[in-house]
Amino acid sequence: MSSSSPPPAGAASAAISASEKVDGFTRKSVRKALRQKRSQGSSQFRSQGSQAELHPLPQLKDATSNEQQELFCQKLQQCCILFDFMDSVSDLKSKEIKRATLNELVEYVSTNRGVIVESAYSDIVKMISANIFRTLPPSDNPDFDPEEDEPTLEASWPHIQLVYEFFLRFLESPDFQPSIAKRYIDQKFVQQLLELFDSEDPRERDFLKTVLHRIYGKFLGLRAFIRKQINNIFLRFIYETEHFNGVAELLEILGSIINGFALPLKAEHKQFLMKVLIPMHTAKGLALFHAQLAYCVVQFLEKDTTLTEPVIRGLLKFWPKTCSQKEVMFLGEIEEILDVIEPTQFKKIEEPLFKQISKCVSSSHFQVAERALYFWNNEYILSLIEENIDKILPIMFGSLYKISKEHWNQTIVALVYNVLKTLMEMNGKLFDDLTSSYKAERQRYLMILMTF
Amino acid sequence: MAGAAGPGTGPGAAGGDGDDSLYPIAVLIDELRNEDVQLRLNSIKKLSTIALALGVERTRTELLPFLTDTIYDEDEVLLALAEQLGNFTGLVGGPDFAHCLLPPLESLATVEETVVRDKAVESLRQISQEHTPVALEAHFVPLVKRLASGDWFTSRTSACGLFSVCYPRASNAVKAEIRQHFRSLCSDDTPMVRRAAASKLGEFAKVLELDSVKSEIVPLFTNLASDEQDSVRLLAVEACVSIAQLLSQDDLEVLVMPTLRQAAEDKSWRVRYMVADKFSELQKAVGPKITLNDLIPAFQNLLKDCEAEVRAAAAHKVKELCENLPIEGRETIIMNQVLPYIKELVSDTNQHVKSALASVIMGLSTILGKENTIEHLLPLFLAQLKDECPEVRLNIISNLDCVNEVIGIRQLSQSLLPAIVELAEDAKWRVRLAIIEYMPLLAGQLGVEFFDEKLNSLCMAWLVDHVYAIREAATNNLMKLVQKFGTEWAQNTIVPKVLVMADDPNYLHRMTTLFCINALSEACGQEITTKQMLPIVLKMAGDQVANVRFNVAKSLQKIGPILDNDALQVEVKPVLQKLGQDQDMDVKYFAQEAISAVAQRLRKLDFPVKGSEEPSAPGADKNHFLRPRGPGEDTGKGPAHQLHVNTRDTLAQLGTAELVHFSRSRD
Repeated sequence: MSSSSPPPAGAASAAISASEKVDGFTRKSVRKALRQKRSQGSSQFRSQGSQAELHPLPQLKDATSNEQQELFCQKLQQCCILFDFMDSVSDLKSKEIKRATLNELVEYVSTNRGVIVESAYSDIVKMISANIFRTLPPSDNPDFDPEEDEPTLEASWPHIQLVYEFFLRFLESPDFQPSIAKRYIDQKFVQQLLELFDSEDPRERDFLKTVLHRIYGKFLGLRAFIRKQINNIFLRFIYETEHFNGVAELLEILGSIINGFALPLKAEHKQFLMKVLIPMHTAKGLALFHAQLAYCVVQFLEKDTTLTEPVIRGLLKFWPKTCSQKEVMFLGEIEEILDVIEPTQFKKIEEPLFKQISKCVSSSHFQVAERALYFWNNEYILSLIEENIDKILPIMFGSLYKISKEHWNQTIVALVYNVLKTLMEMNGKLFDDLTSSYKAERQRYLMILMTF
Repeated sequence: MAGAAGPGTGPGAAGGDGDDSLYPIAVLIDELRNEDVQLRLNSIKKLSTIALALGVERTRTELLPFLTDTIYDEDEVLLALAEQLGNFTGLVGGPDFAHCLLPPLESLATVEETVVRDKAVESLRQISQEHTPVALEAHFVPLVKRLASGDWFTSRTSACGLFSVCYPRASNAVKAEIRQHFRSLCSDDTPMVRRAAASKLGEFAKVLELDSVKSEIVPLFTNLASDEQDSVRLLAVEACVSIAQLLSQDDLEVLVMPTLRQAAEDKSWRVRYMVADKFSELQKAVGPKITLNDLIPAFQNLLKDCEAEVRAAAAHKVKELCENLPIEGRETIIMNQVLPYIKELVSDTNQHVKSALASVIMGLSTILGKENTIEHLLPLFLAQLKDECPEVRLNIISNLDCVNEVIGIRQLSQSLLPAIVELAEDAKWRVRLAIIEYMPLLAGQLGVEFFDEKLNSLCMAWLVDHVYAIREAATNNLMKLVQKFGTEWAQNTIVPKVLVMADDPNYLHRMTTLFCINALSEACGQEITTKQMLPIVLKMAGDQVANVRFNVAKSLQKIGPILDNDALQVEVKPVLQKLGQDQDMDVKYFAQEAISAVAQRLRKLDFPVKGSEEPSAPGADKNHFLRPRGPGEDTGKGPAHQLHVNTRDTLAQLGTAELVHFSRSRD
């Protein structure tokens, strides 16, 4: 891979606050939460015979440095044993021993230098795999709607959390050597890690995001594979299942990956943009990951401006027909794109784009109209419009004029007046011409109606 | 296609004889390129008309190339196009020219949108059958190969569905190539393609020679069944059914069973679920011997799987599994190897598992016979009748007929009653509705005596339920009971109680009387209707609530055909005429309706129909839309039906209806 090391994930973690309320009504989830108790699930544990009871081992800090390594591995092996957390009363003592041991291991690798020796890698990865890799349980709620419903939380979190914590400390340790680790952290490992992103538990996905980001940064040999697998997950999400809980997290990682792409962009990356990211805009649950998705798209355009035209045409193709909430998101994304657009690119798409914007400003849904009209508060967009006023004004004029007279919402009418004023100042002559021809046209229709 | 769509395609150009009737065709052609998606879509949907008008030659040389070029359209249009082209063979000149349809369909088979691609594949499959063997090898097979080796996964995915249609008719050399292509798709590095291949594996196996099945399909099956992705592995389970049907018992044991055993214990619950879900098919495919040795133990594991989804899927299959066991020794196997696991499930922690079991468990009684049912199954039924989850109880009650045939329902009746009573009073009206629907069946099985003693009062209580849907169902229920128990019973037990409600202070209850009369009159016959019901209906014509009055009119119309002419002439006619002068628009309207219906019956001229105040008149009064109507009116008829249509669950409606109404009826 030619790309440089990615910046930390989280760059795109803009919160989606617009989705907290729908048209001023409290979301169903808020109401539901009152009756619903938090549900927990786990398929990690499959009862297989009697459970081994754990016996506490001596503390690592009490061992001599000769014994420490041996004891470290023993503790790792001890932590490979799994417990049933759906049964909250079984094996309480052993669960507590494992929890304490995991805590001790986290502490041990993060405060001591030179403890991650070559021989420990195998046991470390084995312990991590044994704990986190599992088939995710079926959702408690078969119609789980991530926008509305409370997620089912992972029951064995008290242990799994510590294992993730340990995994991260391990990856981030100054002693960590990718050249040794790559024998254990291989394609199969990454594949299993990626499948966990479907976890319903947001806490787990958050850990996974950081973990995968670190792995992508440190294992150059796995990068192409990781990208391809994410690609596959997304394609399946778009065209087959429409369901995957970790889309936002994966996109967030991708945002930072794209940032590190070398120029000129490879065909593979462009294909990913056009055939995966753009069609992702059609997903039902777009609100859950739109911020991250738009960030990725804009990252691409900042890398290579010639992609602007196909991207905007793509968005226009998938423009929401009935969902106003999504339309507002699309408009937001368009504004982000216009913020970084080059004037030459702008000329290429202004016509189809402003035809769409003209439809949006006259939407009877005031949030859509409002969002589109906000474009005129953006200095850079204003300058682009001004440069191309001869093209844009004729497209926009009819809608703007009409809603200034007819829109039901007073805020919109006020906004439209401002916009019309701005446009008039840009080219008064053209504005007057359009006004009179518009009026003449209306007059003609009136005549037709009267003589009919 | 400049020629066909351009201005040259006037009437003359299209038909060649200047016929004006071809003008619409020219418009359609023009609209294929319209900016408006809807117009393009309409035009595509009439593509066969266009092709017919153009003739086969121009369809081939102009229309199809044009369509091939417009593949970058909206998915909706493409879907319609893909569908149309599947039936186009005749329009391009028959089988000899069917290959002309391949280029556009090939492009459609590579688009991203799954529904379009699937439709294109479906059309290609259809067209493949119309190819001559020579054309198949010259045109169709190369297309399949191109798709199978396409760059983007979509074309390879589409290819998977085309192998089985061209294989049987290809020559041996080509067959080998086709197999080769299929093999490579089965190990494609894109999981989407592997999934597509896995889902077509069974279908492909069926058209292969047995040797090839053994030497090629089985290894592919084994690989797919141990794919790293569970979404691929679970599809292999489906393929297993088809493959198993093709092999002998010995081959099965060696070639398929190790994989199937592994699937039944897969670490992913989705795969285990699939095994449970396909269990009956698998059982039939592998035959009785392997079923006993392998599938029964696997089934036991599925019944105690750690995931409720899997247990529920397995529980659903209990009856079919038992039914399909060889009759000889069946009872022993069920008693020893299945029943113990079922007993566990009766007290499962998950309600879906319990309700899945409850929906089939009654079916076991016919298989196990009277004694076993009484000794072993009855306790389970009784336990489930007391289950905390209403769905479980309901599932048991709704399958009572199976048990009735074997041991008679009496055995259950003592436990049945509390369960029924509880369901009848459940807080969820859908549960109440469900139990009402089983009442006629229960009544038939429990007999009239038991019914009168225990259930009659329930049935009457439902008539005054606060949910309209329940009152409505209760009314229908009464009708069915009368059909079952006869008119004498109706006269003694039902009719008096129904008629008493005519004096109820709540107008909704008074209307229920009318609805009951509507439902019961036919079953009760002329005498009861005339002597007992009619007087009450007529009396209610003076009700202070207009909703009741116009329902009187509707009832009179409804029972009219049952009454004799005397009653109609002497009793009904004056009342209807009076209602026809009512000050309420709607009452007038329905009275007029009834009058004209009755008049038709009597065929007498002195029963005039006022033409001037026909149906549309009341609708002009907009205030009608503000007033809630008595529910149960025919929605299509009459003016003011908008309000009640969606308000079924209606404690609130009851309140507002009365409020709104009384204030109106004063004017």
